[in-house]
Amino acid sequence: MTDVTPRGGGKAAPSPGAILAPGYTFTTLTDKLASIALSRRTPVAWFVGAAVGFSLTMVLLVAVTWLLFRGIGVWGVNQPVGWGFEIVNFVWWIGIGHAGTLISAILLLLRQNWRNSINRFAEAMTIFAVACAGIYPALHTGRPWLDYWLIPYPNTMGMWPNFRSPLIWDVFAVSTYATVSLLFWYVGMIPDLATLRDRARRLGAKIVYGMLAMGWRGSARHWQRYETASLLLAGLATPLVVSVHTVVSFDFATGIVPGWHATIFPPYFVAGAIYAGFAMVLTLAIPLRKIYGLEDFITAKHLDNMAKILLATGLIVGYGYMVEAFMAFYSGNPYERFMFWNRLGGPYKHMYWALLFCNLVAPQALWFRKVRGTVPALFLLAMIVNVGMWLERYVIVVVSLHRDYLPSSWGMYHGTIFDWATFIGSIGLFLALMFLFIRLLPMISIFEMRAILPEAKVASEEEA
Amino acid sequence: MQIFHRSTNTISRVSVFGAVFFLAFLLWLFDALNRSPYTTQQGVARVQPVQFSHKHHVGSMGLDCRYCHTTVERAAYANIPSTKTCMNCHSQIWNQSPELEPVRESWRTDRSIDWVKVYDLPDFVYFNHSIHVAKGVGCETCHGRIDQMPLVSQHPNLQMSWCLDCHRNTERYLRPRDEVFTMGYVPAGNQEAIGEQLKSEYRIRPVYELTDCSTCHR
Amino acid sequence: MVTAKDLSLARLAREPEYWRSLEELLETDDFRQHLHREFRVPIESGVNRRELLALAGASMALAGLTGCTRQPTERIYPYVRPPEEVVPGEPLLYATAHVHGGYARGILAESHEGRPTKIEGNSLHPASLGGTDVFAQAFVLDLYDPDRSQTLTERGEIRPWSALLAAVKLALEKERPTRGAGLRFLTTAVTSPTLSAQIAGILQAFPEAKWVAWEPAGRDNVYEGARLAFGEAVEPRYAYGRADVILSLEADFLGGGPAQPRSVRDFASRRRAQDTNRLYVAESTPSLTGARADHRRPMAPRQIEAFAQAVATAVGAIPSGSGPADPFAAAVAKDLLEHRGSGLVVAGESQPPAVHALAHAINQALGNAGKTVVYSEPVLAGPANQAAALAQLARDMREGRVSTLTILGGNPVFTAPADLKFAEAMEKVPLRLHLSLYDDETSRLCHWHAAQAHPLEAWSDARAYDGTATILQPLILPLYGGKSDHELLAAFSEQPEKTGHDIVKDYWRGKLAGADFEGAWRKALHDGVVEATALPTRAVSVKSSPLSAFDSEPHSGDSANLTVLFRPDPTVWDGSYANNGWLQELPKPLTKLTWDNAALISPSTAEELGVVNEDVVDLLLAGRRVTAPVWVMPGQAAGCVTLHFGYGRSRGGRIANGKGFDAYALRGTDGLWARAGLEIRKTGGHRQLVTTQHHHSMEGRNLVRSATAEDYRRDPGIVQKMGEAPPGPADTLYPRLPTGSYAWGLSIDLAACVGCNACVLACQAENNIPIVGKNEVSRGRAMHWIRIDRYYAGELENPETFHQPVTCMHCENAPCETVCPVAATVHSAEGLNQMVYNRCVGTRYCSNNCPYKVRRFNFFLYSDFKTEITKMVRNPEVTVRSRGVMEKCSYCVQRINRARITAEKENRPIRDGEIVTACQQACPAQAIVFGNIGDPESAVAKARAEKRQYGLLAELGTRPRTTYLGSISNPNPALPAAARREEGHGA
Repeated sequence: MTDVTPRGGGKAAPSPGAILAPGYTFTTLTDKLASIALSRRTPVAWFVGAAVGFSLTMVLLVAVTWLLFRGIGVWGVNQPVGWGFEIVNFVWWIGIGHAGTLISAILLLLRQNWRNSINRFAEAMTIFAVACAGIYPALHTGRPWLDYWLIPYPNTMGMWPNFRSPLIWDVFAVSTYATVSLLFWYVGMIPDLATLRDRARRLGAKIVYGMLAMGWRGSARHWQRYETASLLLAGLATPLVVSVHTVVSFDFATGIVPGWHATIFPPYFVAGAIYAGFAMVLTLAIPLRKIYGLEDFITAKHLDNMAKILLATGLIVGYGYMVEAFMAFYSGNPYERFMFWNRLGGPYKHMYWALLFCNLVAPQALWFRKVRGTVPALFLLAMIVNVGMWLERYVIVVVSLHRDYLPSSWGMYHGTIFDWATFIGSIGLFLALMFLFIRLLPMISIFEMRAILPEAKVASEEEA
Repeated sequence: MQIFHRSTNTISRVSVFGAVFFLAFLLWLFDALNRSPYTTQQGVARVQPVQFSHKHHVGSMGLDCRYCHTTVERAAYANIPSTKTCMNCHSQIWNQSPELEPVRESWRTDRSIDWVKVYDLPDFVYFNHSIHVAKGVGCETCHGRIDQMPLVSQHPNLQMSWCLDCHRNTERYLRPRDEVFTMGYVPAGNQEAIGEQLKSEYRIRPVYELTDCSTCHR
Repeated sequence: MVTAKDLSLARLAREPEYWRSLEELLETDDFRQHLHREFRVPIESGVNRRELLALAGASMALAGLTGCTRQPTERIYPYVRPPEEVVPGEPLLYATAHVHGGYARGILAESHEGRPTKIEGNSLHPASLGGTDVFAQAFVLDLYDPDRSQTLTERGEIRPWSALLAAVKLALEKERPTRGAGLRFLTTAVTSPTLSAQIAGILQAFPEAKWVAWEPAGRDNVYEGARLAFGEAVEPRYAYGRADVILSLEADFLGGGPAQPRSVRDFASRRRAQDTNRLYVAESTPSLTGARADHRRPMAPRQIEAFAQAVATAVGAIPSGSGPADPFAAAVAKDLLEHRGSGLVVAGESQPPAVHALAHAINQALGNAGKTVVYSEPVLAGPANQAAALAQLARDMREGRVSTLTILGGNPVFTAPADLKFAEAMEKVPLRLHLSLYDDETSRLCHWHAAQAHPLEAWSDARAYDGTATILQPLILPLYGGKSDHELLAAFSEQPEKTGHDIVKDYWRGKLAGADFEGAWRKALHDGVVEATALPTRAVSVKSSPLSAFDSEPHSGDSANLTVLFRPDPTVWDGSYANNGWLQELPKPLTKLTWDNAALISPSTAEELGVVNEDVVDLLLAGRRVTAPVWVMPGQAAGCVTLHFGYGRSRGGRIANGKGFDAYALRGTDGLWARAGLEIRKTGGHRQLVTTQHHHSMEGRNLVRSATAEDYRRDPGIVQKMGEAPPGPADTLYPRLPTGSYAWGLSIDLAACVGCNACVLACQAENNIPIVGKNEVSRGRAMHWIRIDRYYAGELENPETFHQPVTCMHCENAPCETVCPVAATVHSAEGLNQMVYNRCVGTRYCSNNCPYKVRRFNFFLYSDFKTEITKMVRNPEVTVRSRGVMEKCSYCVQRINRARITAEKENRPIRDGEIVTACQQACPAQAIVFGNIGDPESAVAKARAEKRQYGLLAELGTRPRTTYLGSISNPNPALPAAARREEGHGA
């Protein structure tokens, strides 16, 4: 399976509570982590995964080309359901893109050093998820070539965009989030890039890593600036974690469609996002640690922590569902009431019940340490939550729209083959990027891992 | 071992900042192109089948605009004169001139003269000459010194912001009705003041009405 | 999978929410197709043609509609010698007429630089009074139909007109000896004085020649019924405006008839809150008239006869009481008796002569004759009994007695009763000529086919329902060199070369009032009516007792099995409009089906047969067979199956071909309108039918508000009390917009609206609204800016039907405006919710946020940018929308701007009524009023001041500028009120 066996350390499996297997030294740890990117031999599993990812990306390209050629009509959207898969997927991806920044920024500020082993690829995941999410709003317009009109700039039309529209807020929220996350991710990688530069054998690798490392020499001055920068970025990123999905939720909350028009949406969306994000981190982390034998770094403790967060956010989301139900009836608004009955018993009821099972019922298993301890179970649950969160967005977007105020205009929505192609294609893109990252960049932060070695402890105590 | 020469430090610093400026430059370039005559056709003289000179007919001979552009006060279109209008005179004078052959040909064959449109608004813009003329917007305001143009070219850039500029500040451009067809009109006194007074006199609608989208777009 | 048992409609009908159930039944039914829909590549022939344009469209969109591209160089072609009346950009209106089933309805045709683009009603014309029907609105599209026949051919070879003249001359030479014994002329229903004079002239020269007229939805029964009652064929003329109590025996005078716009106008004038009339309808298949009835009873044809007898007996119109004692009949009779002289009984074209005779008898007995109904000479020229004449013609042809058959218009091969085997008989005729708009089923079987001139291309004349003549004037030279009927008939006269203009004008020479003919002629053209040409009314009296008719009536089949009803299609009529995209896509007023016809079956019958919507069945009748999809029709009489003829064209053009099934194939002379003995066999097949409305219940939401006349009299506030009171103007977080000089608003009177669809097509024609094709409609992408919602309430077998036209509400607090990211939809100072196509990027957010779902999106490049000829019908005042932009009702802003500019130039305010929106103009019921709600004197302000006024979903705080006036019903207290009390009110 893997070609890198831990030298020196790692003979004993990490104890349940530990976030790093014993017996590692600066050298062995660095060796092991750096070798993943530098080694010439690549695990077969990687090729398989990457192949899948890239071929699905091709599917995406085909679907998008046809979309641009023919028009938005190739999708299933219609009257009254003006938004379908494209917005569902957008919200889904954006949600997934939350865990990364949360882990890196908030947990960094909270000094949760168990995050050190997962933050790097969680951040990468964020970037890629946001990239996938970005595809949708850009392409879902009837005339994508005019999307730039959403950006306020002095133009020959003497026009400004409509700042009252949540879509404009989206433009700012998402682009800011993408930029900050990208910077954070890159800045965080610089020291490791330098490590790779120094350990790379081939000249090409040296040059590429060298350029990316931006002449990092690890001097005290560098480290001091690095700390300031990452703290600043963390400070910047923290509010963004909350703001982005809040703004996304405004797309719906500011509308008057029954099922959209709810004040609970912002917190409920943010919780949902973190929920989905951690589910995805687990979905990625579990196979990765297997393939690359990283059990020593992503330990049972990590999985357990993430499972707990999953459970907690899951409960918040569940609370959101209940509030929706409660308000539907408490409000005394006939349209709201009908909306809820329609979710329970309408043509899309199977979707709603499935979502309740995936997001509300299934995760309750995480109350049991035993479940949190069994890796396959965790993986399965994470998968279920991924599906559930997609369904949730489907219910919010489609099921609310398909029957609103005038019964005469009620209709049905079915995603077409191009809706599916675009969706699956974007998953492919995500995988492709992910696999490239794993192969070429340090997926676990080497220097931050060093920081949690016992040797580092000593050093830090001397400082104190 | 050293892979990078010392100079790389400078290069990298420059490129990091350079990137920002380069992007800014690209954007500026696009915008400049967008406003340039290349896109707007502003001031580009068009070659016409007949080398008709407004300079001669209006400037030297002092023909009134309405002699040819008959419907300018009645309809949306100012009307491009029919061949008959040309022949009114040119059946008598210059009736052998080779320049005028296309006109005579059209008269003989009953086929229209094939003019090139100079002021070409997008099809989703509905401009109406008659109302502008009626409200004291001079021909010159949009068409420039026609009486000095041997070949007519587009005077303004015809971009939306240009239209809006007038619809937002009518007082800067209005002139008395009897001056509408004058070329080289000079306001007797302060334009702003006169404009304000004409605005009330001609019952010009308030800015928030003049700038309604449906004023021009339907 | 759904079994018939699950779908037991009767069971559903017992449940409180059965209307939803009915709809879910449709959806479960859909469910079968979900899978393939899910994975269907959404392209079909309808769109395919456009598919080619996708690229062009995209680039067009780029070139035309973005801010940053160069305008392509355009050219200007001025007139060489300008026509004096034409001012470029200023449309002209010409008065002419639209002839439907032979009868003229006056219209004004709008012409832009010589292109007819839009039809409006002619307020001076008795049959129009300013209103139109859907056909008048749509027939301008046929003018530019690229599928129209464009040549004169002999056996497929293109020939000059002179060749045809020569051929005719030769034929006539052969005919002379026999005095034209072999000459036959087959026309459609004719009211044209000129044409009948021409034919008369020919018949004079050839006494043995015969003229046959055939109209598939003809008025034989009307004339036969009159003959039965009065001993002579006369034309009854009804004054619905004068009647307090109307009994319709399947007379759909609101959905059809010789003067539909006029009838609607008269009827609607009595539906407002004051002195409301009362309408009883007995009919076998739901009609627009039935939908407006205060009391409607579904009855099989035989029952209608019995019912008519019962009423006649009860009012003492006929001696012996043979009819069973039916409480309904008794109540109706009582009501009629109480309104002697102000009651009216009308029998429909579909009813057998006996029923007409009964109606006449009742009207006479009650002294209604002369008051609410008057009689005149028949307006239709030619043989009184068309069916008989056509049958005779078929016989003659088969027996070789016909040597030259000349067919003027019409499509007999397609429309003739199946049992005549017309095509086969026609083959026996040595020389067959056909003049028609299309190279159709009949043309294929004719030696000579001549392209006919469209009514807007030719001179002619025609009479209205009361005989008033109109001179049809052309607005444009024949696009395809077509010839008019007159010009073809001239070929049979002494002056074969005579032009249509001369023929028509010469006919009228001397017939016009006043010494100055030219003056009178010009006046007739200008007004669209020829003065004093209405036929004088005549006093007639019932001769024989109509009862004697019944014994002679053949009891067609036993009533045990099913009865089939043949009716013209509500949108493509007898098939002559089958290639008209506007009409094809127009939802049928009651079923809301588009692009198809179906076998309409009552819910109970459907349950007995175990069939559900879209099941394909075999229909067998007298050895004939057609295959059709089933549509469950609430309100359909049990045991009756309605088939609309006009579909199933094979040579109708690209749009017509292959749509629906051909009901003519089942229609025989032994039962042109109804025939018992139908057998239905399930085939197990399935055919997708497309409707624009899937849900039929108002879900207890007070959308259409309706009160009975006396409830309203007792408490005029009742309509407003039916819903939650809307928030006041102050209850908003947004600042009030500055109010402009005018505040535009629209008021729709649901008491007057009959749901005839005229507004829908008027809007489509005025605003360049594209058609999208069956597949796109099935995906919920129809584009109509104004739609007519149809709701049911009450029992499944005989529901109450409500119609509600829905336009953009131009909300003062428009939810769509706040969400558009690029400010492409914004509010004007005058309260218009403006939609700026060229600014729209197409996020569809506005549509999602519109509670009325009136916004329409160009999912593909729907507008045809390729076919040059069809571009000619477009209104140059309205932008043609490209792919990817939203569109919606604009209150006809182009008309507002035109009026404003005119007024501003004259330094005066816009007068009330100066702006007439397209829908308002077309509405025969005058249910729609537009104007400045800020001016208390304006008609719209007065309408809004009425107590019946309410805003749709106004409780949401949208403050709609389009508001409604509640509907008024006037049920007979003596009869049990329908179950609608709960649902109909929506309270």
